[in-house]
Amino acid sequence: MIDHTALLALPPYGLAAEQKQAFLTSELAALCTHHAQHCAPYAAMLAATGTQPNALTAVAQVPPLPVRLFKEYALSSVPPEALHKTMTSSGTTGQQVSRIFLDVETATLQSKVLAKTMESILGGARLPMIILDTAAVIKNRSMFSARGAGILGFSMFGRDKFYAMDEAMQLDIDGLKTFLAKHEGEPIFLFGFTYMVWQHFVQALLRQGVTLSIPQGTLLHGGGWKKLAAEAVSHDVFRDTLQKVCGVPRILDYYGMVEQTGTIYVECEHGHLHTPVWADVLIRRAKDFSLAAVGETGLIEVVSVLPRSYPGHALLTEDEGRLLGEDDCPCGRKGKYFEVLGRVQRAEVRGCSDTYEQHR
Amino acid sequence: MSSIDDATARDTHTPESDTPTTQNAVAGAGTVAQPLPELAEPDTGSTSDLPLHGYCGLADPRQAAAAPALTPFHPMVTAFLTDVSAALLRDPRAKAYPDVTTFAFFCRRANLTQLASPYAQGQGRLGRGLAFHIAPSNVPMNFAYSLAAALLAGNASVVKASSHAFEQVRITCEAMRLQLAGAHKALTPYVNVITYPRERQDVTEVFSRLCDVRIIWGGDETIRRVREAPLPPRAVDMAFADRWSLLLCDAAYVAAMDAPSLATMAQGFYNDTYLFDQNACTTPRLVYWLGAGETLLAAQKRFWDAVHAYASPRYPVEPVTAVDKRVALYRAALTLPGAKLLPMPDNLAVRISLDALTLPVLDFRCAGGCFLEYAAQTLDPLTPLLTARTQTISALGVSPQAVYDLLLATGVRGVDRVTAVGHTMDFSLVWDGYDLIQTLSRRITLS
Repeated sequence: MIDHTALLALPPYGLAAEQKQAFLTSELAALCTHHAQHCAPYAAMLAATGTQPNALTAVAQVPPLPVRLFKEYALSSVPPEALHKTMTSSGTTGQQVSRIFLDVETATLQSKVLAKTMESILGGARLPMIILDTAAVIKNRSMFSARGAGILGFSMFGRDKFYAMDEAMQLDIDGLKTFLAKHEGEPIFLFGFTYMVWQHFVQALLRQGVTLSIPQGTLLHGGGWKKLAAEAVSHDVFRDTLQKVCGVPRILDYYGMVEQTGTIYVECEHGHLHTPVWADVLIRRAKDFSLAAVGETGLIEVVSVLPRSYPGHALLTEDEGRLLGEDDCPCGRKGKYFEVLGRVQRAEVRGCSDTYEQHR
Repeated sequence: MSSIDDATARDTHTPESDTPTTQNAVAGAGTVAQPLPELAEPDTGSTSDLPLHGYCGLADPRQAAAAPALTPFHPMVTAFLTDVSAALLRDPRAKAYPDVTTFAFFCRRANLTQLASPYAQGQGRLGRGLAFHIAPSNVPMNFAYSLAAALLAGNASVVKASSHAFEQVRITCEAMRLQLAGAHKALTPYVNVITYPRERQDVTEVFSRLCDVRIIWGGDETIRRVREAPLPPRAVDMAFADRWSLLLCDAAYVAAMDAPSLATMAQGFYNDTYLFDQNACTTPRLVYWLGAGETLLAAQKRFWDAVHAYASPRYPVEPVTAVDKRVALYRAALTLPGAKLLPMPDNLAVRISLDALTLPVLDFRCAGGCFLEYAAQTLDPLTPLLTARTQTISALGVSPQAVYDLLLATGVRGVDRVTAVGHTMDFSLVWDGYDLIQTLSRRITLS
């Protein structure tokens, strides 16, 4: 595997297809070998697909593990004494959550790569930061939920951090106004989860008839559109309403998941999600898992060279998406760019078993 | 025990038999679940104090407990079922639902006469009284078979149909209601079909207190929950739990099959599996091959080529199912000996070969076309799997009689049915090892 310095020296969006694929292929082959040696369940899974790690010649040949497996099995490539922390996905009560095992090395890589990616968006300096959430979610640090971890992770790129909501998720409008007055004329970084931003920031401002002015703001938001889609809030409505209530000019969605923390796919000014050099997205046809053509809808596979303490380097998500192009986005970034269409739907299942309880 | 969150049922499955038989009786096809109508608008009026939607029967189905028991295959019952059958076969709406048509064929007079013949000597029997049925939520027509069996045994019934508002249930109950309103009015107390939200345990308790026999179809969790509702001291429970089934194939036989019989086999196998998303208890999850070497390889190739050719135009691979099957493969890799993905052109049928058969094999289930495969020269390695969990063995090129003899000789706890390929879902009055007519009736002795 490539050493950290070389890895971090790579330009986030600077490698064109051929170079990038060569880099990813060799890294992923090395990761497959590494995890097969250190994680017996992973070795069994590779064997079940007949994959020989040393014979891999393309990223697409790495069999992706369904993300759901991390909810069912403890998949770790480090001995328990080397564990630094365990991340869990957020889930509603009763749902199983993913458990992701991190040692110091992988956790460090995640932070550093995230920093490199963010630097290309926000610039090198730390900006005054508004977190559109409550500080309560990060107070209990024994369990890193995805929400808390996301806030903590992105907090590294801000200074003078202000949590905009109280424990009851009520928007602190006076506090916000004070903060904005204090940082008038400065670029401001705002971060939040898409649904929280809509529900507890936009709606609160609308309800109270308050308009803020954040003319040099950059809002980064992620976490998915599932709930907003259910409320029929489109990307355009989200963006337009936000700009109306707070005048934030730059609104960037990102795609990422706790199973590959540190790897995020951020929207460019053309609304395309971009793959940074350390990661890739493959769109696979459900019919046979072959690669979909540009523009064709399929299942999203996410690939990242960061996971060394757990076998999460190639993951099959339950999200559908479309590849929009590679190396040719008008924004100038190299690498693939894509869009996410949402979670796949579970169809009605017929049969005697009237519960779906074995869907573990 | 949530069932399905989004009720976007697929209706892409076409029935695969030209002449309806009793096949596919246990699960429904082409089902479209619709939002449940408001409970405040019952078809037959509802009791003021129970949150019921009544499909047919008494305004207050609790009064069914007072109906006198009948003798098995009572002429009133067979006449009623015959007329319901005729009405359904005339109903143009029913044609869209092969499971409704199949039920109508099951209730034809000729079939009822045939069903009655083994019981012709059964003098001195009476129904137990009131049968309370909990039908499974995802199999629209199951309620109708459960009801018919209880009626034929001489019982009045209160059937809780699926709380999904299936069109098949509406059509069938409308036919029953019209017959009850006409020539068969006297049977009204015997034919109560209702539904209520599954979380209304209080309603389950009301009918459990009144019934003489309770028939529960469903998963282990449903059965556990229903059983929390006490029964009267003399009443009995019949539980049709989740079961596990397999297919037994003789490699030499399959290798020698001609093309037309292969195609017929593929259609039968499709009906056993894909037609109901491989989710019925009767559906094969393991293909056990008797054979080895070149013959085995040739047989497997012919079998799966034929199944793929038949299923491919009929069964779309949904993205979520493709992921489910990949998850199943890895689960198998982690829990079953020597699990290996076998080559197939696409994700329609996911085949996983095993080196040995161990008990965790019985925990393996994945809907939508995911099959374990194992090969041996004898049936001996199968023995550990013949537990109470195992229900149906379908056979291809293996004499069902030989399997039957093996079961009797080894005294296994499981396997209640041995069928030919394509017939795993045929409903019969002997189900899950119960003779429904005998179990749902009692014998009065005279000395």
